[in-house]
Amino acid sequence: MKTTRLLWTPAIAFWWRDVIRFLRQRNRIIGALATPLVFWLLVGSGFGPSFRNPGAAVDAGSYLAYFFPGTLVLIMLFTAIFSTISVIEDRREGFLQGALVAPLSPAAIPLGKFLGGTTLAVLQAGIFCVLAPLAGLPIGWHQAALLLPALIFVGFAMTGLGFLVAWPMDSTQGFHAIMNIFLMPLWMMSGALFPMPAGTGWLYWVGALNPVSYGVTAIREAFAGGNSCAWNAGYLTALGVTALFAALMFVISVNLVAKRSRRN
Amino acid sequence: MSDLSSSHAIIARDLVKSFGDRRALDGISLEVQRGELFCLLGPNGGGKSTLFRILATLSLPDTGSAEVAGHDTVTDAAEVRARLGVVFQSPSLDGKLTILENLRCGGALYGLKGSELENRIIEATKALNLADRLNDLVETLSGGLQRRAEIAKCLLIRPEVLLLDEPSTGLDPGARLDLWAALENLRNQHGVTALCTTHLMEEASRADRVGIVSTGKLVALGTPDELTSAIGGDVISLGSCKGIGADLLAQAITAKTGIPATVVEGEVRIEHAEAYAFAARLAGEFPGEISSLRIARPTLEDVFIARTGRLFANQDLEPDATPTVKKKKH
Repeated sequence: MKTTRLLWTPAIAFWWRDVIRFLRQRNRIIGALATPLVFWLLVGSGFGPSFRNPGAAVDAGSYLAYFFPGTLVLIMLFTAIFSTISVIEDRREGFLQGALVAPLSPAAIPLGKFLGGTTLAVLQAGIFCVLAPLAGLPIGWHQAALLLPALIFVGFAMTGLGFLVAWPMDSTQGFHAIMNIFLMPLWMMSGALFPMPAGTGWLYWVGALNPVSYGVTAIREAFAGGNSCAWNAGYLTALGVTALFAALMFVISVNLVAKRSRRN
Repeated sequence: MSDLSSSHAIIARDLVKSFGDRRALDGISLEVQRGELFCLLGPNGGGKSTLFRILATLSLPDTGSAEVAGHDTVTDAAEVRARLGVVFQSPSLDGKLTILENLRCGGALYGLKGSELENRIIEATKALNLADRLNDLVETLSGGLQRRAEIAKCLLIRPEVLLLDEPSTGLDPGARLDLWAALENLRNQHGVTALCTTHLMEEASRADRVGIVSTGKLVALGTPDELTSAIGGDVISLGSCKGIGADLLAQAITAKTGIPATVVEGEVRIEHAEAYAFAARLAGEFPGEISSLRIARPTLEDVFIARTGRLFANQDLEPDATPTVKKKKH
């Protein structure tokens, strides 16, 4: 009888473990939620008076409102980073060592980590959404219905990015370097902090090719949906690209785990 | 399954593994019988961790093959993994979870759930005397308790073979004794085969059989008694007085008595069946040349010296063969 390679039972265990660990480490909650909050208030208030959105025909609201979706993505990025950076040491001197000698499908670890990271990211972003009215953004059932899938796919994609960076690494120092030169610029150049220009300039292409842009756009469109309940094309396109990107992250991660487990 | 693999829990055949120019394993072959407590003894960098990782399916040999619980570690890794419990040198429990939560997660990695999992948790924690600590957070436990909880996690899958990498690292002598009592109990009560790597002589001397590994080779294999009694009698160690080197003293002793004397790390070393009488003769015949004299029953350390010509503790330490593993920086 061949032993099957286990997927769901271990993945659910990883998922549950990530959530429990998170809840038992208050500083992580603060780190992932308070940092972007402070960032949002300080940067938002500072830029506010001089901000004009060139894309908007009429004044579309304050900078605090413009910056709100970007802050949500930042929260999710931070949460994803915190929950995937642990993979580095965990695999070497922690719980994941045991997972590497268990009869697991190569998808089990990524699936558990992605679900765990997504859950935490969506929860934290959800909490932050309570502040949306303060920024002048309406939040009702329509927005929530549009927001939830956007947050889930963005959370999944961000966790995927973090996992892909963390899994091949031997040290957390390396992760910090990649975070600063790759992950943060990816976020900054997504229209989160300032509107990416239209046209054909290099900045336009950076925004258009940056997968994070679509996450920010999906969330922005979800808020802009207002009371019209319109699943507009902009929202659906952005959501679709984000979902594709999330799926791509997952497939690459599974391949990476399959290779890594027998490399040495 | 061959006849050999039905009586043997672990079979290694001519394993070779290199990292760059360094040969971590240089053709190691060994067999561990079912129900045996086997110790792989060797200095750090000797190759035992590389062998451990190959047996644990974490590493592929360059050439040669290994079977654990009747299955090939390369071609049949999933089958091996389903039958193998591994206790790593560094903890594999989550400190932020309780013992019970760790065991539940650990069981889930092997597809265990529901009442089956709960029953096995009760069974494993009883076997290791942990039943009243189930709800303690792991990070609050002593090193010895953490080790026992690690082993309990491995027992959930009722492994045929248990691999332990330096399991007593960081344990005080009392906890070390507890650990060995637990391993002996598992062997006696549950017929578990255990292979354990160590660099501690006294630990290895408690095993049923010992394999001594040095510079990637198996230099000795047998029960602790067999190995030590293969040394011709007791061991005499002599310090030489200043002005007379150990080499000169050894040559003089060999020339005068016909008994081979070797020099190991600045001391003259002689094996002799009647060590006391011979020591008295040496003291009489080399007055003023001997600064210290020690007679001891041979230990596994003497076996190591006899087989390699080097002191165990003074091996040329190379970083052990786990290239992806870097020590934690503090």
